[in-house]
Order: sequence, then structure tokens, then C-alpha cells
Amino acid sequence: MSKKNTPMKVLLSGNEAIARGAHEAGVSVASAYPGTPSTEILENIIQYKEIYAEWAPNEKVAVEVATGAAIAGARAMATMKHVGVNVAADPLFTASYTGVRGGLVIVSADDPDMHSSQNEQDNRNYAKFSKIPMLEPADSQEAKEYVRIAFELSEQFDTPVFIRLTTRTSHAKSVVTLEEPQFHARNVLGSQSKNGRAAVFGSFLVHPDRSKFVMLPQNARGRHPFVEKRLKRLTDFAETFDRNEMIMQDTSCGIISSGVSYHYARESFPDASFLKLAMVYPLPVEKIRQFASTVKKLYVFEELDPFFEDQIKALGIEVTGKEVFPICGEFNPSVAAQGISGTQDRRDEAPLVEYLPPRPPNMCPGCPHRGIFYTLKKMNVFVAGDIGCYTLGALPPLKTLDTCICMGGGIGHAQGIDKALRDKVSGTTVAVIGDSTFLHSGITGLLNIVYNRGTSTVIILDNRTTAMTGRQEHPGTGFTLQGQETKAINYRTLCAALGVEHIRTVDSYNLKDAERIISEEVSRPEPSVVIAERPCKLYRRVKQPQTTPYTVKEDICKGCKDCLQIGCPALQWKTQKPVDKAFINQALCAGCSICAQLCPVDAIVRAEDNE
Amino acid sequence: MSNTTKNILMAGVGGQGVILASEIVAEAVMLAGFDVKKSEVHGMAQRGGSVTSHVCFGEKVYSPIIRDGEVDILFSFELLETLRFQSVLKDDPIILVNQQKILPPSVLLGKDVYPENIAGLLQERYPRFKLINAQGLAQQAGNARAVNVAFVGALSRYLDVPESSWHAAIKAMLPPKLVEVNLKAFTLGRDT
Repeated sequence: MSKKNTPMKVLLSGNEAIARGAHEAGVSVASAYPGTPSTEILENIIQYKEIYAEWAPNEKVAVEVATGAAIAGARAMATMKHVGVNVAADPLFTASYTGVRGGLVIVSADDPDMHSSQNEQDNRNYAKFSKIPMLEPADSQEAKEYVRIAFELSEQFDTPVFIRLTTRTSHAKSVVTLEEPQFHARNVLGSQSKNGRAAVFGSFLVHPDRSKFVMLPQNARGRHPFVEKRLKRLTDFAETFDRNEMIMQDTSCGIISSGVSYHYARESFPDASFLKLAMVYPLPVEKIRQFASTVKKLYVFEELDPFFEDQIKALGIEVTGKEVFPICGEFNPSVAAQGISGTQDRRDEAPLVEYLPPRPPNMCPGCPHRGIFYTLKKMNVFVAGDIGCYTLGALPPLKTLDTCICMGGGIGHAQGIDKALRDKVSGTTVAVIGDSTFLHSGITGLLNIVYNRGTSTVIILDNRTTAMTGRQEHPGTGFTLQGQETKAINYRTLCAALGVEHIRTVDSYNLKDAERIISEEVSRPEPSVVIAERPCKLYRRVKQPQTTPYTVKEDICKGCKDCLQIGCPALQWKTQKPVDKAFINQALCAGCSICAQLCPVDAIVRAEDNE
Repeated sequence: MSNTTKNILMAGVGGQGVILASEIVAEAVMLAGFDVKKSEVHGMAQRGGSVTSHVCFGEKVYSPIIRDGEVDILFSFELLETLRFQSVLKDDPIILVNQQKILPPSVLLGKDVYPENIAGLLQERYPRFKLINAQGLAQQAGNARAVNVAFVGALSRYLDVPESSWHAAIKAMLPPKLVEVNLKAFTLGRDT
């Protein structure tokens, strides 16, 4: 992508542009846990070999690593999805107090409309809550540029800086002009040094500055007033920051907006006046007053919470916002048009076909989760679930996942259910959790079960990857972000060290064994772990053996539909006389054999056996 | 401004190569000197479900999502998926549909019926509807998997983008060993 004759124009997603921005801004360290829509930032950052980049086991660790690098004087970045900031909030709120030496930038990718998330929290609130300034780019060019600006602000104001993306800025592609990277190893002693980072970083070790970086109460009391003064200085900066841009056109309608919402509004109202906020916290109060006074009717067009609106109203300025624009869901140009002009953009005409069968997401053919969920359904247990592809186990026809709230949460739910209902539920509750999610934040939940004399069974669905976000490595896969071989955690040893005495392994493709072993462990009045092993069908690091697809022997199939209970996309239903029969799409079948194990009359066989 | 922007809505099913096709189109229009934005959703939405991609280009593009009612071209990789977007089309839209049926889960399970005669219904309602046998073109080119590029070839006729930009985009977006067969598929699509 980075060819010689810069400046050159390329099409980049917002995430690719953030990675490029990190390269151009001289970032040294980047750490992240994958999460849609943020994942591709780190996947793209690895093309810039000067940046040390890693998948951390969770977002809290990622922020701590980035903070450490920034304390050492390097420019550092941590990236995550919006709910990842919840996990990382603890270090972030106090890093706000300590400030930095090298710049520290936290990228939060929010997901309005929950395309791939469990809530649609508006992380602009974190900026206010943690007193950390936040920038919000509106497209890929800005995403790239704001990385550099964020690092400059971070170092100038001695603060971490947030960059907020949303699904549409992360994943939309737009034209970006590439620039040469600049060398930014910052001399932590104050003078600029050009000759190598070792000297720069090394100076930290000689001058640790404990009053700034050791947040004992007496030191933290010294830092809090600094944070308040910093916020004032940042507000002054916001007033003169040229990226908080006033676009004065027709003054009968003025719209305050930020991020991709600005583009939606501009699309529908190209001639209106705009105050486009690049810095969404703290706000440029005087600039807002000035803009408000020059337009006749003032709107604030912001996705999710009335974050600007509440602050603007608190200034005593009359503004229209959430009375006409929704709080829930994602915006688009039509939302702006409807809220401001009352227009209905959708065509009011009869559809050609009244009912269209839906096409919901599904587990892949050959997905190792399918057999485990079928088994749990058959056992009729309560399944405390978690975040990953296996959350789809809640959908029909499996319908066998009963809770899903947050990363690592299911194990705690199982313990809570167990303790609340005691004997009444003994042997009827399990927690299921993926390998990556278990390492992210499931370990402490399991530790709690052991410590507090729980009896739950935890099933670790080990498919050797972080599947849902697109198959990223994690500490259990044996490979780093860059694909270098590394140690892989041994779940057995780990769980044994936590004090679990009953640890079993099952092959996710073996229904009989899975049922026998899970039943034994669930009925055991002690903590237990079942590790269900099979790599994700899309797993790429180790070549999977060639599998022969299965087929249905039509003369044997009785049309009982037992095989359809697992919801495999390869299994189809053929209407024919006298009896409808099952049919396997050979192009889709991954040869996992689960359906063959279910068939009561052995009508499903390997294609090669059905000569 | 939206009246000078061309808006292409691409629709299909996960696995059909909709996203790659949208990458090629966006790259080609950029190489032809246009401003361009494109948008789709990744993550859970792609697990076998409906997929859409918005490609907007012109002198200056603001929104990466097409305003409802402003779709100039509906470029659909699957018959049924075409029908989901009637309400967001412009007057007299161009509708290109790849002649392929992929049965949704409820149809596979015998609970729903796949609508009949979709092409006929579309033909009747939309004068600028065209059905393309992209699979046939891809096979003719020598690689059944070049179906999305063959289909892009059919789309290329409707856009003010020089052929050289299309070729450059295909070369930029595909691994070298697949370029030749895809260029062939593209040309076959362009000539249908």
C-alpha cells in the first residue's frame, strides 16, 4: 500500500486509516483485543514493521501495555470496541490522572445499531466521565489525520486522548492521501532528540517521577487539580481548534454534528450551515454560542445519546435534537431528512412479493459448536452463555443458550443461578464459553466457583481461534498477531491450578461422548470443566484434514427431520412424493458427521460410501 | 450533492463475493478520478446472512450510506435479495440481477417457500431490469469462482468509467495468478 511517490491517494477503511495514521505519527507500541468494528486496526498495523503490535488477552491489559509504553516515552495506542472500554475503564480513569510522557491514544469503535454487539452504549460519555479529550473523525482521511493530532494533544496537554469511531467510520472506505511518516521519538526530558530511541526511553529509568506515576492517595490528590486545570485548557484549545469547523451557508438552518452523522446531514441538507465538531469533548462553548446566534433554527444531529444536546441546553441555548431524531439505532441521511423536514424517503409502493423469507446469520457448516449445543438441548440444562459465534446457539432451531450479557459473564451467571436456587437446580446448569473469551475474562469466574464451593460445570468451546471477529490469534492458539509461533496456554494445567479437580476433554464432533461426559460432570456436585475440542472450520494456521461430504440415501430416509434439528446450512429439505426427504448440499457439507450420528435409520453416509 | 452522486446498492448472501465486487467497483471509480465512499457491515452480520454494500461516487461524496429513495443502480447477486430493497430505489432504477437462487434456512427446512418467478415480476415492474447469467460467464471464462467479476463486467457498462480503470482495479484487488481469468470474465460480462 505504501508506495514510493507519496502523496498518493488510496481507498482505505477507517480502521486501515487509523493504522496508517499510527505509522505516520510514529507510534511505537500498539495493543488490542479484537472486537467488531475495531478489529482491522491491529490487523493492518502489522504491515508497518517499526510498530510493535500485539493481541492482548483483554482490553484492560491492552490499555495497561499502551500506558506503560507511554510512560516510557513512546507513542502508544490501544484499540477496542465500545464495550471493551468498559473492561479497560479502570486503568483509563487513573491514566487520566497520571497523564503521559509519550502520547497515549485510545481508540473506541462504537457500534450504533448493534450490528455485532450486545449494547449500543455511546462512548462519548466516557470522555466526560474520565475527563479525557475525545476526537471523532467523519471519514478515513480524518481518521488518519486525527491520529497525529491526538498524539500531539496527548503530549501537549499531558493526557490520554480518545479517538471515537463508529461502525460506519471504521468499516466505510473513502479516499485517503498518504503522507510520509514522521519520526516522533519524544525526548522525555523535554528536549528533542533525533538520534535513536534508546537514549530517549532510557532517560525514564533515570527519572521515574513517582509523584506523577504512583497514584498513592497523596500523589493522586496532587493530580486531580491538574486534571481539572487541563480540562479548562483543553476547552480553550477547542475554541481555536480549526478542525471544529463552522461551515456557514444558508443560515435559516444550522446543524451541529460530528463523525459520520455530519456527512448524513450534509448529504440531505447540502446547503445548510454546519458546526462540525472534530473534538467531541470538551466542547468549544463560545464557538457553539456564536454558531447558535447566527442561525435561525438550530439542530443537533448526533447518533445515540443527547451528549452535545444536554451540554448545549445547559448553556441556555435553544436547540432541537432528540425530540425529532431517535436515541436508538443508527442514523443515515433519511433520518436527518425526516427529523428536519418531515420527509419520508422510502417509496410507498406495493412490494412485488408480500413475505420474504429472512436470512439470519447461522453457524457455518461443520461448526464444532453445533454438536455441543444439540447435546445440551437434549440434556435440557440451563445454559449460561457468553460472547462469540456460539451465541448463535440461542437462535432456532438449537435455541439452547439462555444468557449472554458480556465477555466472560456466563461463568458468573452459572454460579449465581446455582447459589440462588441451590438444591433445586443442582445438575441442571452449565456455562459455555469460547476459548478466546475464557482467556479474556472467564478465568476469574471459574476461580470464584472453585473458591466459593460452587458446583457448576464450565464448558470451554475450544475452536483454537477468536472466531466471531474473523479468526484472530489469542494466548491459546500458539501464534502471535504476526503469526509467529509462541507458547499456547494449556487449559488443563490452568484449570487444575485454579483448583478444578474434574477436567475432561471431549471431541466436539462425537455426540455420544459429549453427552456422556457432560452429563457426568453436570451431575457431579463439584466444580468441573469440560474442554470441547475441534478447530473452527475456518481455522487457517494448521491445515485441516480433507473431509468427505455426507449424503442422504434416499431409499432409507424416512423423512423424520431429526437431522434438521441442528440447523446446518448444508442440510436441506426436499418436497417430494410420497414422503419428503432430507438432502445434503455437497458443496456446503463440511463432513463433520453430526447429522449422520443423529439419523435413527443410518440414512446419512459419507458420499464415497454411497456408490 | 446527491443529484450528482451515483449510488449503487449491492446485495447478496455472505460468501458470494459481494464485498470483493464492491472493492473493485470503488477502486475503479476512484482511479477514474471520482470521489468515492463505500460502506458495509462486518462481524456477526456476515455469518451466512444477507449482505449489502453501498458504493457512492461523484465529484464530492458526503454520506457512505445511500439516502433512501436515492439508489440509482441495484446490483443484486441473488434473486430473492433483490426484493428486499424496492422501497429505497430511485424512480426508474437500473436493476441488474445475477441469475442465482440461494435458499434461506427457513426454505431449506420446508417452513417457507422461495418466491416464484422473481425475474418475471421484476421485468414487469422495472423497465431497466436485466438478468445476467454470471455463473455461465464465469465458467465460459474458465473459473466458476470469477462469477462476481463477470457480474461487475455487466455493471461496468452503466458507469462512466474507462475500461482501463476497471482493468487496473481488478489487477489491484486480485492475486496475480487470478488476474487473467478474471479479466476474461470481466470482458465477457461487459459484452453481455
